Amino acid sequence: MEVQNPTVENTSTKKAKLNTKRNMMFWGWLFIAPTLIGLLVLNIFPVFQTVYLSFHSVSTFGQSTFIGLNNYIKMFNDTNFWKSLSNTLFYAGIQVPITVVLSTLAAVLLNTKIKGLSVYRTLYFLPMIAAPAAVAMVWRWLFNSQYGLINIIIESLGFNADIQWLSDPNLVLWAVIIVGIWSNIGYNMILLLAGLQEISKDYYEAATVDGASKLRQFFQITLPLLTPQLFFVLVTSIISALQVFDVIFVMFDLTNPSLSSVQSLVYLFFHESYVLNDKGYGSAVIIILVLIIMIITAIQLVGQKKWVNYD
Amino acid sequence: MHKDLNVKTKTLIHVILIIGAIGMVLPFVWMILTSGKTVGESISIPPQIFPESFRWQNYSKVWNVLPFVSFFINTGLMIFFRIISSTLFSAMAAFAVAKLDFPGKNIFFMIVLTQMMIPAQIFLTPQYLLVQNLGLLNTVSALVIPGVVSAFGTFLLRQFFMKLPDELMEAATIDGANIWQIFYKIYLPLAKSGLISLAIFTSLFAYKDLMWPLIVNMSQNKMTLSAGLASLQGQYATNYPELMAGSVIAIIPMVILYVIFQKRFIQGIASTGGK
Repeated sequence: MEVQNPTVENTSTKKAKLNTKRNMMFWGWLFIAPTLIGLLVLNIFPVFQTVYLSFHSVSTFGQSTFIGLNNYIKMFNDTNFWKSLSNTLFYAGIQVPITVVLSTLAAVLLNTKIKGLSVYRTLYFLPMIAAPAAVAMVWRWLFNSQYGLINIIIESLGFNADIQWLSDPNLVLWAVIIVGIWSNIGYNMILLLAGLQEISKDYYEAATVDGASKLRQFFQITLPLLTPQLFFVLVTSIISALQVFDVIFVMFDLTNPSLSSVQSLVYLFFHESYVLNDKGYGSAVIIILVLIIMIITAIQLVGQKKWVNYD
Repeated sequence: MHKDLNVKTKTLIHVILIIGAIGMVLPFVWMILTSGKTVGESISIPPQIFPESFRWQNYSKVWNVLPFVSFFINTGLMIFFRIISSTLFSAMAAFAVAKLDFPGKNIFFMIVLTQMMIPAQIFLTPQYLLVQNLGLLNTVSALVIPGVVSAFGTFLLRQFFMKLPDELMEAATIDGANIWQIFYKIYLPLAKSGLISLAIFTSLFAYKDLMWPLIVNMSQNKMTLSAGLASLQGQYATNYPELMAGSVIAIIPMVILYVIFQKRFIQGIASTGGK
């Protein structure tokens, strides 16, 4: 091979580097272009549009008239809004802790090298893959006050079984909570199980040598080392619980007199925007929900430093 | 964790897990049992657990009442186009973020993360107005549109591409391949398991989504399985055997998919959470 003149080589590498840089930029932008355009059109711009709509009165075809804070004023005077807000917070406040505790219990029990792990895992996850309409439909049948399986079982245990799950205003939200717990245990359990499997066996061996009981091992080793996954599960569960809609929509008809005791903010958003066709008011409702979710998530992100254990 | 569990503890664990499993499965079992009963059997007191003879007529009846064939086709097409479009675009974007260096990359990734963190209902009305203005209400395109790109997919696949070595790229550049060829011929096949996970998630999300198909496609023959089934409830308030037959029909496709791809489902989910 011929020996090249060093100066020539130098400029040509510089040129080549510049070329690669330009080349990289061209391909980089080309590769992200479809997703970037899609996200801007379908997600980023719509955020601003929803904020805009919340200050407007919107006609069926999307023409809007500016009405200032009227939607928000209407909302703060709307008992349905306050009821939906408290229903939503109550639902999340009860459903999430119970689900997280039960899915942690299931994950810990499944992490004990017992037989049948994959069978249990498959069964626990089953609710997650069913269409919510089908899930809500079967629960509606199970909760039926006269012929539903749940009241039949309660009666066979010797209790008074005249429980109006789907019409007693004090119980309707509990019915939705039960379905929510049942639907979400499997998903959270799998996330937590993955976390448990990462914990090194050495910790337990050392603890056993030191004579620590299983219960103590759980609280001193398992739980602290599982906190990153627990945190993730908690944050995502709260976000999705605050958006509860499907089950309420299918289990409760519009004519159900207890609807106001069970409707959530997303239900109110849907009802106002697409049944009553008031998309401006619906947008204001959803803005408030998003703000609530952001605040709760931010508090958790700050609070995690106190209890989440990242190595 | 517990190498030295005694028989007693193991039995106790099984008992707890079995009780839980019964709770998980019972609604499905009851759904199937009810779907084979006559209305009379379903509301008999004392309750009748098994139908006298399984009434398949409930299935044929509900099949004729609702355009289930359209539901299946619409759901299938929605999932098919969303998978093709969002996996390809997400893979391209994820590859660029993981392996290429260019100005604007970080801002783009911030947009991806932002989209993932914002509750989806805030996009809904503007998306609806967009579809309406394009004259696409009551079409399969309306079902596909919110899923043509995926921030979640970009995020998920980025993790897969990051795990692959950079050296592959350098070697291929020396051999004269351009970046598209490097992506398509070298990296993409190596990220196959990520692509499959994403395809599974895309199908599951699309199949379970209720509100979007409900608002954009009001005409019955353009509905998805999820929305179509929800529309059944109003018409049939009391005929539970037929409602349950409809529910069984609607959950069967995902159950089959789940049985086939079970490991992928579980690995896919486990890979999205945690640290």
